[in-house]
Amino acid sequence: MHEYSIVASLVDRVQREIDAHPGAVARRLHVRIGELAGVEIDLLRTAYDTFRARSACADAELAIERIATTWRCKACGRDLPAGAILRCCGRPATLATGDEIVLERVELEVPDV
Amino acid sequence: MCDDCGCGDSELVPVHVHEHLLADNDARAAHLREHFAEAGVLAINLMGSPGAGKTAVLEQTSRALAGRYRLGAVSGDLATDRDARRLEAAGIRARAITTGSACHLDARMVHDALHHLDWRDVDLFFIENVGNLVCPAIYDLGQAANVVALSVTEGEDKPIKYPVMFRKADLVLLTKIDLLPHLDVDLAAIRDGLARVMPEPRMIAVSGKTGAGIGEWIAWLEARRP
Repeated sequence: MHEYSIVASLVDRVQREIDAHPGAVARRLHVRIGELAGVEIDLLRTAYDTFRARSACADAELAIERIATTWRCKACGRDLPAGAILRCCGRPATLATGDEIVLERVELEVPDV
Repeated sequence: MCDDCGCGDSELVPVHVHEHLLADNDARAAHLREHFAEAGVLAINLMGSPGAGKTAVLEQTSRALAGRYRLGAVSGDLATDRDARRLEAAGIRARAITTGSACHLDARMVHDALHHLDWRDVDLFFIENVGNLVCPAIYDLGQAANVVALSVTEGEDKPIKYPVMFRKADLVLLTKIDLLPHLDVDLAAIRDGLARVMPEPRMIAVSGKTGAGIGEWIAWLEARRP
């Protein structure tokens, strides 16, 4: 259940944005989670709903984008089919997408001055 | 937007962060990695299921290396310090990290434990993670390499069922091979599974009971010493 510690990091990071924008309220968070990141999206949502109360995220909706796994051959540029042996052109494939645990952006409601 | 209370208008401003959510852990892990490098210590993050034989492999490693290298370890456990006591009894300078309910070690826990352990003059330092095939994989601990212990009784399909963990492995130690005569395990199926989740699959078969394969494992460690 490391999803709780990820939410703790998320709330801290949003708090830093609030601190940098006095009077702002976080309304929406965009998070990208890869299939190979080891993060369960349902658990992440549950953890978020548990932790957000009275935090910088209390009024922020959590939008999660699931990123599919892509293994790619650096030599020929081909994406390997799912479940394939991770070799192509005589060398190891590299993970192009799928390990993201990223806070992409925060939408802040900022009072007009 | 607010049109009715006279507080003034407001607008939504997108702030692009694009930051790894475990950036704080990564920074602490980078700090640990510098410590290990400065002291010339090879740090290994040893992961695997509960009961995979992580502690037994380290005991056997210590016996095989007695007098050649000094070994240190921290050992993560939910509730006890039993593993750390076993490691100490086997000649490894060890400290338990009792995590309570946490399913993994993070860089802060390892850093705190190092403050209570005389680790700078060891040659090899093992971070024996909490038994778990998922969560420990996502936390960098400042290690030079990840090693995953997989016992022959766990099933041939473990690698493809737990790609998050095996993807991060630099080496898989196939443990408890002394049990092979009693089991129907197809080692080729395990190797095939690893090749589908590890870009550079490497597996060494060992037994903590008989010491088989420990020499090859030690050679792998020696090749990585700073």
